[in-house]
Amino acid sequence: MKIFATYNIKGGVGKTSTAVNLGYLAARDGYRVLLWDLDPQGAASFLFRVKPRVKGGGKGLIRGTRSIDAAIKGTDYNNLDLLPADFTYRNLDLLLDSAKRPTRRLATLLAPLKAEYDVVILDCPPSFSLLSESVLRAADLLLVPLIPTTLSVRTLDQLTGFVAELNGHRPDVLAFFSMIDRRKRLHLQIAAELPAARTDFAVTVIPALSVIERMSVQRAPVTAFAPRSQAARQYRALWGEARQRARLAMPGDGRGAG
Amino acid sequence: MRNGSREFVLESDARAGTDLLAAVASAHASGPGAALTWADSGSARTCRRMWLDTFDWRLYRAGLTLEQIARSGLAELVLTGRDGDVLATERMEDGLKPGWPGLLRELPAGPLRELLEPVAGVRALAPVARATSRVLEQRALNGDAKTVAKLCVDRMSVTYPGRAAAPARLTLVPVRGYQTQADKIGRALGALPGVSDGRMSALDTALAAAGARAGERPGKASAVELSPVMPAATAMAAILTALLDALEANVSGTIKDIDTEFLHDLRIAVRWTRSALKLCGRALPDGLARRFRPEFRWLGDLTAPTRDLDVYLLGFPDMAAGLVGATESELAPFHDHLIRSRMAAHAQLSRGLRSARFSRLTSDWRSELAAVRPARKRPMAAQLAAERIGTAQRQALTAGRLINAASPAESLHELRKRCKELRYLVEMFGSLHDPAQRWQAVRELKSLQDCLGEFQDAEVQTAEIRAFAAQMLADRSAPSETLLAMGEIAAGLARRQRRARSEFDGRFADFASPDSQARLAALTRTAA
Repeated sequence: MKIFATYNIKGGVGKTSTAVNLGYLAARDGYRVLLWDLDPQGAASFLFRVKPRVKGGGKGLIRGTRSIDAAIKGTDYNNLDLLPADFTYRNLDLLLDSAKRPTRRLATLLAPLKAEYDVVILDCPPSFSLLSESVLRAADLLLVPLIPTTLSVRTLDQLTGFVAELNGHRPDVLAFFSMIDRRKRLHLQIAAELPAARTDFAVTVIPALSVIERMSVQRAPVTAFAPRSQAARQYRALWGEARQRARLAMPGDGRGAG
Repeated sequence: MRNGSREFVLESDARAGTDLLAAVASAHASGPGAALTWADSGSARTCRRMWLDTFDWRLYRAGLTLEQIARSGLAELVLTGRDGDVLATERMEDGLKPGWPGLLRELPAGPLRELLEPVAGVRALAPVARATSRVLEQRALNGDAKTVAKLCVDRMSVTYPGRAAAPARLTLVPVRGYQTQADKIGRALGALPGVSDGRMSALDTALAAAGARAGERPGKASAVELSPVMPAATAMAAILTALLDALEANVSGTIKDIDTEFLHDLRIAVRWTRSALKLCGRALPDGLARRFRPEFRWLGDLTAPTRDLDVYLLGFPDMAAGLVGATESELAPFHDHLIRSRMAAHAQLSRGLRSARFSRLTSDWRSELAAVRPARKRPMAAQLAAERIGTAQRQALTAGRLINAASPAESLHELRKRCKELRYLVEMFGSLHDPAQRWQAVRELKSLQDCLGEFQDAEVQTAEIRAFAAQMLADRSAPSETLLAMGEIAAGLARRQRRARSEFDGRFADFASPDSQARLAALTRTAA
C-alpha cells in the first residue's frame, strides 16, 4: 500500500482537485484506492456526493473507539472508496495532541488497511500543524501543488527543509505547478525555469481551466466527466509521474487471494 | 471493496424492464426521506462465461466454482466459495489462456492454482457449462444523486450442455457504507410479484436451463440402490449396467488422454465387472458370465500397460526427489523413455478402444444385461450378497493364515486379490447395509489392502524398472549415470517393499481379529 498526500500550507491551490482526480485515475487503472478527506470543509466528500459525516467524529477515529472500516463509503466509481470529512476534523490537532505518539497516529490508523487497498490518498487541510506532521510521517509521497509565485517556492523550500530534518520515515516530495494562468508572464516564467532546475518538481503542470472549476457543479472528477479535456490529460500525466516516483507496482502484483 | 450482494430471479422476463425499477422506487419511497431514482450505467456488457470442473465434479463437491469470464480480448478465471465469496482470480490475455480441457499445471503459478491443486489433484479441468451473459447495470441513486446500490440484470443464453435461455438473474450489489439503503431496495424488490430469491448459483441456473445437474458422477456401482428381496439376477444386472455406464463414460476421456483418471476409472469399472462375473456370475442367466469373462479379461489386459506407465510417471517427481546419490537430471533419459513407452502404449490402447471388438463387447453386453430376467429358483439379492461376502471373507482369512516369513511374494499377491474381491462385494452390495456399519466393517480390511498394495506395487515396479533398464541398455538410450540412478530407485523400491512386508503381520492380525471378523460377518447377517 502506497500513501500519497496532497499537501500545502496554503488553501485554494488545487489540493482537493488533485486528490480527487488522481484517486479516480488510480482506481481506473485497477488499484484499490481509499481517499481520506481530512479537510473539515469536506470538499472532496462533496465532489463524491458523500455526506461529510463520520459516526463518532474525528475523536472516535483518532482514539480508535470507532473503526475506520465502518466509516468508509463507496464512491460511484469502481475500486474507489472515500473516508468522508467531518466537521469535527477541525479539532484533529487537539485530538492528536492527547493521543499517544501523535505524529505516528495516522500511520498506525492506516496500517490495518494494507490488505484492502493498494493506494491511499490523504487530502489535507491547509495548515502546518500536528496533523500535518502526522501526515508527513504516514505518507510515501507528498504531492505539493504550487501556484507559480516566488513566495510559493519559498514555502516549498521550507517544507522540504522540514521533511529533511525528520527522524525515521521521511516522505518523498513531488511538487507541481497548479492553477497556471497562461496570461501571466511570471507564472509562465517560473513554470518554465523551476522544474528543470530541481529534482522535486514534476514536469506536468495543471493549468487554471474552467472545466476544473466545473467539478463542483458536476460533483465528479474532471477526469471522469470530461476525460478528453486538456485538464484530464494533464492529470493523467501527473498521475503517471506520481506513480513512477512512488514506485507503485502494477495493480494486482503481490496481491493475495481474497 | 466489500460485496454482500443479493440475488434474485425473474420468473417472468417481461418484468426485467423499466416497470420493475419504477415499482422498486415506488415501494422504496414509502419511507420518510427515501427518494430513489434509477440511472442507466450505459450500454449492456456482453461476456462469454464458461464453468470448469473435473469430470467427476471435484470442485463442485468441495463447494468451489471456477468460472472463466471473457470479454473484449481479456479473460479472467474466478474461483468462488460456497457463499459466493471470491477466493482467487487470475487474469489472462486471450492468446495466453489455456485451452480446455487442461491440467492445472497449464495455469500460471499463483493463489488460484494453489487453491485448486489439493481439490482437483491430477484431474484435468473441462467445461461443464457455457453461456453468454448480457448484463445491464442500473444504479440506484439517493436524493444527492449518489449511487447507493447497483442492480445488474443478467440475461444468460446457455450454449452448453444444451441450448436454452435461463431466467433473468438480478444481482443487487450495495455500495459500501450504504447497506441499509440496499437492504431496503432488496426488500422492495423481493416483495414484487414475479421476483423470487435467487438461491441457485449462476452455474446451477445455467445447468438447470439446459436440463442438466451438477455433481452427478457417472455409474458408481456402490450407488446402485438394491432391495434385499429383489431377484439376485436383477440386482447383478443393475450393478453391471452401472459399471458399464462408468466404463463407457470414461472411454472418450481415455482416448483423448485428457487426464490419467479416465483410464484409472475405466479400469476400475472393468476390474469390478470381472470380479462380479467371477464371484456372482452364477446368479446371471446360464452361460452369460462365461461368455463375457474372456472379453473383459482382454479389456483389462489392453488397459494395463498404459496404467502401469501412468503410475510410474505420476510417482516420478517423488522418486526423483528421493534420490540421495544421483541427481534428478541423471534420470532424464529414463523419464524420456517412460514418456515414449507411454505414448506407444496409449496409441495401442486407443486402437483397442476404437476397435469393432470393443464396440461389439459394450453393445452386446448392454443388450444382454437389459434382457436379464430372473429365473424362478434363483436367490434374492440379500442371500447372494451374504453368501458371496461370507465365502470371500473365509477365503481371505485362509489365504492370509497360510502366509509366513518364508512365503513368496505371489502368496501376498494372491491374498491381495482375495481382499479386493471381498471389498468389491461389500461395496457392490453396499445399499443393502447400513453405511456406518459398512465403514466400520471394512476399516481393518482397508488397512490390510493398503499394506498389500504397497508391497505389490513395489514388486511390480521393481520388475518393471529392471525391464526398462534392460530395454534402454539394448537400444543404447541410457548413459551409465542414468542406469545408476535407476538402480537407486530400485533400491528405494526394495526398502518400501521391506517396510510393507514388516507391517503385514500386524495388519493381518487386526483384520483376522475376532472383532473385525464379527463386524464383517454382521454384514452377511443384515444382508440375509
